[in-house]
Amino acid sequence: MSMTSTTSNPTSIGNVIGDRRFCTFYLGDLYLGVPVTKVQEVIRAQERTRVPLVSAVVNGLMNLRGEIVTTIDLRRRLELPPLAEGVESMNVVIRTDEGVVSILVDEIRDVLEVGNADFESVPATLLGPCRELVAGIYKLENSLLLILDTDRLLDIPTPNASVHELETGPS
Amino acid sequence: MDEVVNEFITESHENLDQLDQELVALEQNPDKNVLARVFRTIHTIKGTSGFLGFGTLESVTHVGENLLSKLRDGDLQVTSEITSGLLAMLDAVRVILDSVVATGGEGGLSFPDLVDRLSRLNNGEHVGTVATHNAIEAKVAIEANNVEKEAIAEPAAATVELEEEPAMSEPPTPLRAVRGGKAKTTTGISAAAVKKPRKSAGRTISVVTVTSEKSFDGVLVETESIEDHAVDVDGMFGVQLLESGKITEAQLADALQQQDQGDTRRVGEILVEQSAISSKEVTQTLKAQSEDRTAVTESIRVDVGLLDDLMNLVGELVLARNQILQFTQDQSDPSFNATSQRLNLITTELQAGVMKTRMQPIENVWNKFPRVVRDLTIGCGKQARLEMEGKHTELDKTLLEAIKDPLTHLVRNSVDHGLESPADRLAAGKPAEGVVRLAAYHEGGQVIIEISDDGAGIDAAKVRRKAVQKGMLTADEAAGRTDREILNVIFLPGFSTAESVSNISGRGVGMDVVKTNIEGIGGSVDVQTVLGKGTTFKVKIPLTLAIIPALVVTVGDGRYAIPQVSLLELVRLDGHHGENGIEWIQGVPVHRLRGRLLPLVFLNAVFDAGSSTDDREAFNIVVVQADDHQFGLVVDEISDTAEIVVKPLGRLLKHVEAFAGATIMGDGRVALILDVMGIANHVGITAGQRSTSRSNASAEELSEAMADRRRLLLFSLGERRLGLPLEAVARLEEFRPEDVEISSHRPVVQYRGEIMPLVHLSDELNIPVKRTADQPMQVVVYNENNVSVGLVVDEIFDIVEEAFQITDRTSARGIQGTAVIQGLVTDVIDVREVLNGALPGLLTRAVGAAA
Repeated sequence: MSMTSTTSNPTSIGNVIGDRRFCTFYLGDLYLGVPVTKVQEVIRAQERTRVPLVSAVVNGLMNLRGEIVTTIDLRRRLELPPLAEGVESMNVVIRTDEGVVSILVDEIRDVLEVGNADFESVPATLLGPCRELVAGIYKLENSLLLILDTDRLLDIPTPNASVHELETGPS
Repeated sequence: MDEVVNEFITESHENLDQLDQELVALEQNPDKNVLARVFRTIHTIKGTSGFLGFGTLESVTHVGENLLSKLRDGDLQVTSEITSGLLAMLDAVRVILDSVVATGGEGGLSFPDLVDRLSRLNNGEHVGTVATHNAIEAKVAIEANNVEKEAIAEPAAATVELEEEPAMSEPPTPLRAVRGGKAKTTTGISAAAVKKPRKSAGRTISVVTVTSEKSFDGVLVETESIEDHAVDVDGMFGVQLLESGKITEAQLADALQQQDQGDTRRVGEILVEQSAISSKEVTQTLKAQSEDRTAVTESIRVDVGLLDDLMNLVGELVLARNQILQFTQDQSDPSFNATSQRLNLITTELQAGVMKTRMQPIENVWNKFPRVVRDLTIGCGKQARLEMEGKHTELDKTLLEAIKDPLTHLVRNSVDHGLESPADRLAAGKPAEGVVRLAAYHEGGQVIIEISDDGAGIDAAKVRRKAVQKGMLTADEAAGRTDREILNVIFLPGFSTAESVSNISGRGVGMDVVKTNIEGIGGSVDVQTVLGKGTTFKVKIPLTLAIIPALVVTVGDGRYAIPQVSLLELVRLDGHHGENGIEWIQGVPVHRLRGRLLPLVFLNAVFDAGSSTDDREAFNIVVVQADDHQFGLVVDEISDTAEIVVKPLGRLLKHVEAFAGATIMGDGRVALILDVMGIANHVGITAGQRSTSRSNASAEELSEAMADRRRLLLFSLGERRLGLPLEAVARLEEFRPEDVEISSHRPVVQYRGEIMPLVHLSDELNIPVKRTADQPMQVVVYNENNVSVGLVVDEIFDIVEEAFQITDRTSARGIQGTAVIQGLVTDVIDVREVLNGALPGLLTRAVGAAA
């Protein structure tokens, strides 16, 4: 079953989400989830190499057993304030069509299984980056679980990209 | 698909590429051996296709084979139209093979026109040199017929050693030949494998024995009867004897005939009995045969994917090795240190070994060019010869693939636009046949490929005009650039339109694509041209992409790797030097490096790296080169050189032109690899930038600082040292005193079919020189609007590119002024003023004539 749909249409999300198991985590007071099938692994903070000249969202590069993985600062992506000094974030390494990327989150929680009936689409009043990145919402007993659209995560605006984008280096 | 069919297709493709080349070679120089080889290859393809049931393929190759047999027997001579016909046949074979690959069958293709054309050629008729379009038409047919599969056309014919045929040219005869798909034509039998039909006992006997010993493998032998196998080996054996000159054709034919009439003995035995050869010779030949067979096992085909995987693993190993070496530094255990040293050595050797497996001679790409050139010359009515040098130069397979299209384009360009028509060439005093020359060699860890032609060259003045006309440069910009810089305009996208091609001497179609492709693999392309003499494109590419030597530097909190190829030198400015060594032009830093201004780029500022340079005691400058531009990267610290494994950046970072990739360092951390070209673009150093981003003030400052440099030709007259602006120099020549003739009281020489006046600069400038009567004269040819004048000088030293200031503008007539160049006082000549004095009216006449 395809997991790559980026639409936020509730019925298709219901289908896409398939086995309805999510790897959940906190980012500030947001309770977020990504489908477990997309998650390669969850690891502690790693040493990262900063990449100059790009959006701060693309936080850096890390060495994941010989593979170079780009990390995405989810707080910056969702326009949240940075994490307090000295608090280490966690890496959720996810597989995408464009290769493996790691998203930085505050705190890892359980893998949850949810019911289809609890699904809701994003309320129209939700604005900002959340509206763009949240594919849908599951109503849990005590909280709301926002499902991240992992493919859209990669569409990072590049405000300070060079004027000469056409002339990229060897790929 | 069947393994046998697969095997057949792979080998046929290889053979076809070689055939292309050989046919073109034959057209130039009919060589019996080559002809025999071509015949054999086609015969093999025909035979195998019959065996595999590809009827169309068989019938197409059959007519070709007949034609070739006539050529081989000398009944027909190789002509241009026959070559075209045979090339068209190869194209048809390719189309059929493609169809087999795509659909598993021949897809109902047929080539009646081609077959007809070849048959007519075979009958000695003229069909004209038709361009080889058939392939394209047939390709369309494939698509239309994709579904339809050909039923097995003809069963594989029985094997007959000798057979009666009325004539060689009759259609499908039973095929005695290849069993299975193997057809190694490059090895095994040669010249005499297929003999002429020969009259014997009132019937035509043709010995059509073929296929090398190598075609027998396990699978195939099973499908053949053992006797058949034996007979075939036997036939082979006879041919081998024939080739080594031990027996005559007649003897072999007799022996074979005897076999045919029921003699069950081997050819060797029969021959010994007929005392044609000694049994010792038989043993020798048999031995040679078996050696031949074992030679095959020494090379094997390997899937490229497997090599790629291997290369990746070696890359990982190199990284792990680097990490271990780093640990070793903190260890005192001698045996551990010794072991890691050993690991180091083995890894290096393994890396070299694996890289070698991926290396292929550039010949593999060049082989296609003779045909390309031939087809083009016929198409555009030119004459061209292709010369190749260094075709065994090896480079990585991926790179070879990547340069195939750009090189083809450059070769096409050389023929199409570079070379003049035969009439023009003759008029210019050149032979009608132009030469396109390919040369490849290694230089400083790179492979250099040159594509040169001896055509008309590119007229920089026209390019300049065109660039202004098209709004790519302003008039001022165009005027401010040297000819060399102007030539690079041909690589800009907008310039390569059809219109500009017809107006300037041609160059430009898709040149931007050529440049982009070559730069995409870390290479560069450069053009040099001499008007009237020819053009050379120089392509530089790295040997391999996967593992490269690099310099590791630190900037602020990060480490960066700078590929060695772009590195020129390292400069360190200490204490007081640091203060004096860096100068600022409106906030733009520059450094005087041996008298030339080197623009500097503070990487900590560009990368916003947080380190400050204000209170620094020393500056480390890494001097790098991007295209023609040199600049200095100011870094915090220069750490080390290292072999790094290039890993691509993910999509999120791909658009960042300043980085070529990333690598993992010895300590396991990631470092970015700088793309020097990208950084140059980013800060606006490269020329292309100048025209596109006018808002970037610093970029303009930088380029102006560079444009200030001028190029001078340095020479001597007596004791004086003089300089001549290089723009004024068309060529440097040497004439013998006896070449000089007198016309209208002036010395002249015959030069390129014209009369060129000579001007002795010493006379014009009143500089005393000792003139010796018998020494060759050094002459600087000055050209303005197609009028050439030779300036006679004493000795030519050098060409320099320097920023200099002309002082003392009060000097004598013909002298622009005096400057200090290379630390010596040098007079700079004003050529026009000299010539106006020496040959009044000549230059104005020239303008008149040109207008």
